[in-house]
Amino acid sequence: MLEVKNLFCERDERVLFANFSFQINAAEVVQIIGQNGSGKTTLLRILCGLSDAYSGEIYWQGNDLDEVRDQYYLAMLYVGHLAGVKGSLTAEENLRWMMQLDKSLDKCTIATALKQVGLYGFEDVPCHSLSAGQQRRVGLARLYLSSAPLWILDEPFTALDKKGVKEKEALIANHIEDGGSVILTTHHDLKIPGQTIRPINLGEVDRA
Amino acid sequence: MRFFLAALKRDLLLVFRHRNDIINPLAFFLMVAVLFPLGVSPDPAFLSEVAAGVIWVAALLACLLSVDGIFRGDYEDGSLEQMLVSPEPLLILVLAKVISHWLVSGFCLAIISPLVAMMFFLPSEGYLALILSLLLGTPTLSLMGAIGAGLTVGLRRGGVLISLLVLPLYIPVLIFGAGTVQAGAMGLPIQGYLALLGAILVFSIMLAPFAIAAALKVSVRS
Repeated sequence: MLEVKNLFCERDERVLFANFSFQINAAEVVQIIGQNGSGKTTLLRILCGLSDAYSGEIYWQGNDLDEVRDQYYLAMLYVGHLAGVKGSLTAEENLRWMMQLDKSLDKCTIATALKQVGLYGFEDVPCHSLSAGQQRRVGLARLYLSSAPLWILDEPFTALDKKGVKEKEALIANHIEDGGSVILTTHHDLKIPGQTIRPINLGEVDRA
Repeated sequence: MRFFLAALKRDLLLVFRHRNDIINPLAFFLMVAVLFPLGVSPDPAFLSEVAAGVIWVAALLACLLSVDGIFRGDYEDGSLEQMLVSPEPLLILVLAKVISHWLVSGFCLAIISPLVAMMFFLPSEGYLALILSLLLGTPTLSLMGAIGAGLTVGLRRGGVLISLLVLPLYIPVLIFGAGTVQAGAMGLPIQGYLALLGAILVFSIMLAPFAIAAALKVSVRS
């Protein structure tokens, strides 16, 4: 699905990766591994088109990413460090806006998604009065709504409880079975039921 | 169009939940109007002479004060990233954000401006000119201010920089805006001034959204 060729990225005069090539196929989970500061978030931002600080080529379904950007954004779901959840809006208002921004969030209704993330009964509460984990859940409710084939998740499990993590792992397994792919970073011990996780270790890539 | 309305609705809802954002520029505008005569001279003849300039400068600074926050909240909580990875056109979104900013700053200023004009003993012939010039001039201030806000949103302290970037662009609007009010107060025709303000507005509506969208991309992606 997504192919990266000869990626080079430098940050603050430190080379993060050079000659870095890999691809992500349909129906697979790729976990980016590396220490703090090894460039995991930078890599994911590059893949999302949220960073121009690189050289190299990225292809989506065989086409140059710059040429098929709109198609790519429709087929890709990005959940970043920051959840993109507005504190002064309620969970439902937040999700309704996200659905306006991204038409591929159409798999189920907002009420179903909120029920799935365990926020049933909290839909009318402004998000700033929810706990950190609950706010995270509002952002992650997008995963239940999304019919996009590629998910790019940056530390999706931060602040989630054990049960929440289990549910998200099961959700990722479902997504893979439907032929989607996931690329994620996490410091959590990831176990996707019935799937093998392909690691990409940023500690082992070229730096010259 | 549906997306534009949804974006506008979201921004207005956010402002409604943070009412300080509306009150701040208005309070600043009123405070300048109240304090200026106390500090300089309460003489009606003097005040009516400087009214046009002072009211317009106060309105301009009130707009500048609030424009800094137009993208900051969205940048800080990650909403802006989501907007950039959306297939929806950024231009429409940017236009909706600027219009919602104008509705709570420039538009409200224009509405309360007659009150301030009264405090400055502006001749009553100038009232219409004041309201019309603010209605035509302040949207330009919001549009141009948003370019600066977009460029500085990634910086921790963008406040000073944004004034430096944007003030030179504000000067023509200030000159023609204050000129309109002065001409109106003296009973001269104001159509020429209004036409110029309108022309600046049309020009900035056409070009500023592109500049704002590009500025946001630069700020987030670098």
